[in-house]
Amino acid sequence: MNNNLIPLDHLPVGSFGIVKKLTAEGTARRRMLDLGLIDDTTVESLRKSPVGDPIAYEIRGAVIALRSEEASKILVEIIHS
Amino acid sequence: MGLTKQSTGTSARKEMFEVELASPNDIVIALAGNPNTGKSTVFNSLTGLNQHTGNWPGKTVSNAQGRFTHKNKKYLLVDLPGTYSLLANSVEEQVARDFICFGNPHATVVVTDATCLERNLNLVLQIMEITNKVVVCVNLMDEAKRKNTNIDLENLSNLLGVPVVGTSARSGKGLVELKDMVERVAYGELKTTPLKINYDKIVEKAIQEVEPYIQDLVGNQIDSKWAALRLIDGDNMLLESMNDYLDVNLSQNDLLQKKLNTARIELETENISIENLRDRIVSNIVKTAEKIDKEVVSLKNKSHNQTDRKIDRVLTSKLFGIPSMIALLGLIFWITIEGANVPSAMLAQGLFWIEGQLTVFFLWFGTPMWIHDMLVLGVYRTLAWVVAVMLPPMAIFFPLFTLLEDVGYLPRVAFNLDHYFKKACAHGKQALTMCMGFGCNAAGIIACRIIESPRERLIATITNNFVPCNGRFPTLIALASIFIASAAGAFSSFAATLSVLAAIVLGVIITFFISGLLSKTILKGLPSSFTLELPPYRKPQVGRIILRSIFDRTLFVLGRAVVVAAPAGLVIWAMANITISDASLLTYCAQFLDPFARSLGLDGYIMMAFILGLPANEIVIPILIMSYMSKGFMLELDSLTEMRQLFLDNGWTWLTAVCMMLFSLNHWPCGTTLWTIRKETQSWKWTWVSFLVPTATGIVVCFIVAQGVRLFGLV
Repeated sequence: MNNNLIPLDHLPVGSFGIVKKLTAEGTARRRMLDLGLIDDTTVESLRKSPVGDPIAYEIRGAVIALRSEEASKILVEIIHS
Repeated sequence: MGLTKQSTGTSARKEMFEVELASPNDIVIALAGNPNTGKSTVFNSLTGLNQHTGNWPGKTVSNAQGRFTHKNKKYLLVDLPGTYSLLANSVEEQVARDFICFGNPHATVVVTDATCLERNLNLVLQIMEITNKVVVCVNLMDEAKRKNTNIDLENLSNLLGVPVVGTSARSGKGLVELKDMVERVAYGELKTTPLKINYDKIVEKAIQEVEPYIQDLVGNQIDSKWAALRLIDGDNMLLESMNDYLDVNLSQNDLLQKKLNTARIELETENISIENLRDRIVSNIVKTAEKIDKEVVSLKNKSHNQTDRKIDRVLTSKLFGIPSMIALLGLIFWITIEGANVPSAMLAQGLFWIEGQLTVFFLWFGTPMWIHDMLVLGVYRTLAWVVAVMLPPMAIFFPLFTLLEDVGYLPRVAFNLDHYFKKACAHGKQALTMCMGFGCNAAGIIACRIIESPRERLIATITNNFVPCNGRFPTLIALASIFIASAAGAFSSFAATLSVLAAIVLGVIITFFISGLLSKTILKGLPSSFTLELPPYRKPQVGRIILRSIFDRTLFVLGRAVVVAAPAGLVIWAMANITISDASLLTYCAQFLDPFARSLGLDGYIMMAFILGLPANEIVIPILIMSYMSKGFMLELDSLTEMRQLFLDNGWTWLTAVCMMLFSLNHWPCGTTLWTIRKETQSWKWTWVSFLVPTATGIVVCFIVAQGVRLFGLV
């Protein structure tokens, strides 16, 4: 397994990650796929809500807020710029 | 050409989808699209006010239909629910898909957002798998231009193989071209060759296993390749829909099941599980969308979303997020309360003048007095009260609120508050339905449709009544002004405002508490997945907002209120006027309720006023005044001082005022709201639960407060 993978909710605000694996199953997984979260999709962590959860991400040109429960099931590789 | 198939399907379509055709020659057009693409603006611009809203049969998915005429031909436009996908992960998606698939529209218009085309192409590609007769409408071209995004529409049309029209529906640009194109596709003058997704070889081979048999079973009624893949993917919703609409029985068809199994085994030998198959299907669609997007969209500068991000950095920040939200909502309440006073008084004056004229008419006609009293002082006066008190605040509140909605602020409220709802195992979008509840709980209940999970939708429905609506604000404000403010002396108006705000905050806290309680008891469950789109901010169309919010919301809610209030006026009048040995029926009931009501810090008349106020909360205080003065009809007292004296004469203390405010906040929903709950949930059981939960809460809260205060000898 690739050790560089982190859950999406751990991606620091302002940085980019590349989706490598979804660990969700069933409907939750389908919803993620519908958002365009397939392998190799670039995602930017935009900002946290006042309490820190959910977090807003830019996914394929749209701004989507995800709770940590969902985001933790999306494993990304952080892009170091 | 091309109309024969549809003509035979007309009657079936009419029955199953409740499509309201004026004549069999009407051209039926389906309108599909993602949420937040301005789809409803396109719908409204095309149909004007010539529309009709209802529910899809058996489902609480709203269904708007409208008509328009173009070049002397009549069109019926059916607005499908806004969805991101058609893979049937929700009822909305199923409804949209079933209509495109089995409703045989002559053409389907897919509205897309020019500022976010890639995400929208996903749905376009999925719809093109089902039907050839597609027109793509790239809307919000003006917004895209503002953001320096250029879209090559001609190239897009070439790549997709269907006509593409660019529009800015809010300013009406491009709509004529859109109608022209719809006509050409509907009449088959323009042949479309939609781009079909190419799946991996293994997947295509599995499709081949099943497709010919489906073709045999249902012929050309639906796209057999698409249906084959959906069925292999285990889409049982589609299977059921095919049974329902195509008059076949596929569930019991062993040969089909056998072929599906063969296809699945074939996939599994290639290491593709069902879950994996769905990944591949979606990946193919998403990658195609990505490729097309890259070819047709060019950004002149990368920082096109910077303004939005800057605004969000303030409105959803740790420091200002929640305070700015409270300030904004507070401002709306203040404008509503302040602004409604004068028109309310004028309306009351006007309506009571009409009442005088009615009396003159009845006298001239020689109607018996009791009939006059019953109809004019009973029915008409109740109606006049409801209209005078409800209409102005709604006419101010709804447009203001729709403005926030139109700009794109409301999803940010849900974003800010979601954490608290998650703790209560509820949905962040419940915050939006609560906001609507401040205007009117019935409107709040309808807004609950935006919550996908049925469990969370029910929680939002049952707890909506804990936010005070426009009908209860006057009660809260009046009681706060006359009892709490008078005790505070110099700071009177400040104290009154604060106590009303405290009531609202208490309502929100109770909402969280009861939502959590429901999640742990009768509506057990974990929070569903939460994905919330935060759409770009948009310039609001003020004129359009006022028009739409008045027609869609204000008059709609008022209409329902009037239907409930009229018969109720009759009952109240009868109870106050039928006397048995010198006391009215109302008095008997009040005396019966008195011991119970007193334990809650109220009295029998107050309890009776709440019960008779079921049709609309704004008539609670008028009924109370009416019963205290033992008059047979409602009236308005000239000043709050007189009202205070009347209440004091009837044994009120500050505790009575506090308990009445608490009970006003926590008691059964009004008749209109209950009726709406029944319609939305399609269930008497949940209507009863929605009745009992806030009532029980009110009884418990008032009992604790009243007994506590008395125990400590504070009154």
